[in-house]
Amino acid sequence: MAGLTFGAHGLTYRYPKAPNDALRDVSLQIGEGELVGLVGPNGSGKTTLLRLFLGLLRPISGRAVADGRATSEWSRREFAQRVGVVAQREEPAFPLRVRQAVTFGRYPHLGQIGRLSPYDREVVDRAMHQCDVTALRDRWVGTLSGGEWQRVRIARALAQEPGALVLDEPTASLDIRHEMEVLELVSDLVRERGMSGIIVTHHINLAARFVDRLVLMHRGAMRAAGSPRAVITPELIEEVFEWPVDVHPWRSAPQFIPLRTQERNTQG
Amino acid sequence: MRWLSLIAIAFLALATALLLGPTDVPAPLVWDALWGRGEPTTVAIVRDLRATRAALAFLVGGGLAVTGAALQALVRNPLADPYLLGLSGGAGLGAVAAIALGLSAAWGVPLASLAGALLAVALVYRLALVGGSLLDPRVLLLGGVVVGAFAASIMGAIMAVSPAPEIRNALLWLLGSFSGASWTTVTVFAAYAVIPLGLIWLQARPLDLLTLGEEPALVLGAEVERLKRILYFAASLLTAVAVAVSGIIGFVGLVTPHAVRIVWGHTHGRLLPTAFLLGGTLLVAADIVSRTLFAPVELPVGVVTAIIGVPVFVVLVRRWQD
Repeated sequence: MAGLTFGAHGLTYRYPKAPNDALRDVSLQIGEGELVGLVGPNGSGKTTLLRLFLGLLRPISGRAVADGRATSEWSRREFAQRVGVVAQREEPAFPLRVRQAVTFGRYPHLGQIGRLSPYDREVVDRAMHQCDVTALRDRWVGTLSGGEWQRVRIARALAQEPGALVLDEPTASLDIRHEMEVLELVSDLVRERGMSGIIVTHHINLAARFVDRLVLMHRGAMRAAGSPRAVITPELIEEVFEWPVDVHPWRSAPQFIPLRTQERNTQG
Repeated sequence: MRWLSLIAIAFLALATALLLGPTDVPAPLVWDALWGRGEPTTVAIVRDLRATRAALAFLVGGGLAVTGAALQALVRNPLADPYLLGLSGGAGLGAVAAIALGLSAAWGVPLASLAGALLAVALVYRLALVGGSLLDPRVLLLGGVVVGAFAASIMGAIMAVSPAPEIRNALLWLLGSFSGASWTTVTVFAAYAVIPLGLIWLQARPLDLLTLGEEPALVLGAEVERLKRILYFAASLLTAVAVAVSGIIGFVGLVTPHAVRIVWGHTHGRLLPTAFLLGGTLLVAADIVSRTLFAPVELPVGVVTAIIGVPVFVVLVRRWQD
């Protein structure tokens, strides 16, 4: 399955009754097989941009496209066949077993009635295996830990056999080990399968070590986009996050440290 | 095996309904009468009284159970039921208004009920959105109960001022009763119910996705807005036609999907047909209780389902709070 491309062309959005644009004139291309980290302060427009890419919002002006087609022209079913999403919040209203939750990922490919084909079952099994949740298959999802539930949802997205993975704060409530596991898993999957990927996250230092490109949002506009080395600079980070930082080179990507007030005079 | 046992229980309930009644008819004669053999009076009792009544109770129970299951997925809350969400009340008001205006045709009353049910569901939905753009299940249930009470009081007013004698009978009918069952009501119910039942059945997979939340459902390929419109319409129509033929019967739609979920699991492809079978069986059983417990006096079947359903509701509320 070939990777999907996303494009934003002069994308502008304002929430109903809001005084200001949540997103202003954003243009961005995400190429086939590229893994992009979408970062920025709270309210900078990350989630709005993501929701426009997913066709969950209609832009006021500009165009959001996936594979060259406006997202509003896709049916939800077609879109779900090409894009797997792990949303920030999701609470099943009724008890659900892990295996069934992952099987939901096949629904965009199934008819209204009728059984799963052997191929569907194989895809579900493989997705569970790759996300290391096979042993949890008969557990109720309500009994899983945060990290396990996140892996189950990534498995479900994989079962969609998508050309792109979109993850909104996939590691927000996870401890270090589970966070690293999820990010390793996502970056491996994206590269193995030639998928494109978008990760929205507050953990910029960590994301910088996994992604090809960082997109830095600021007050509804795109402030910078480029390699982690180009985006994590004291000037950009201090401007956007309004806090002094110290940037240190590190093996795979530069890392920044927010400074305490008393540390500011002794830096450098 | 599960399917077989469910079907066996359904047949057992239906057979019991055919065997029990004020006139003692031995089992072999009931069997003969069912196929039109034997004394004309016995044939009439078995075929036109007991069989129609059992068939109507079964179909209405099945319809209400499927409606309850669909509404529970729609509002993402296990406490939903056509009665608790005010649909039954609206449908009852529509039916009473139609009868008071002299529209008592068997095929016409369900349409008036439908108008009442749609009005009620729109009102409850608006109420539930008061707190913001998100549907608050607690406000939704509160709205349903309030709209139901409002509809009941208007029905009371119409009945109080109406001179028509059939309106006075309406009081008993409104509490839920299958005493008016005939092959006409069975046909009317089946004809009206087949479309919404089919519509809901075809949405089994999107319903599964909807239980995850609206946005997860959208990104997994469900056309959520269209799905919601289909479900509101189908649930309203099913409730309306059930109320038109048998009055307001609560809690079947609440209790049945729960029993099914515990035993048969949660995916709607299985949940919906099993809920239909079990709901039908439960209501046939409730009707047997209603007409035998204080025979020859008949209890309204809605009273029986409420006496069983309210304690179940209380247990569910407590579990839901945890």
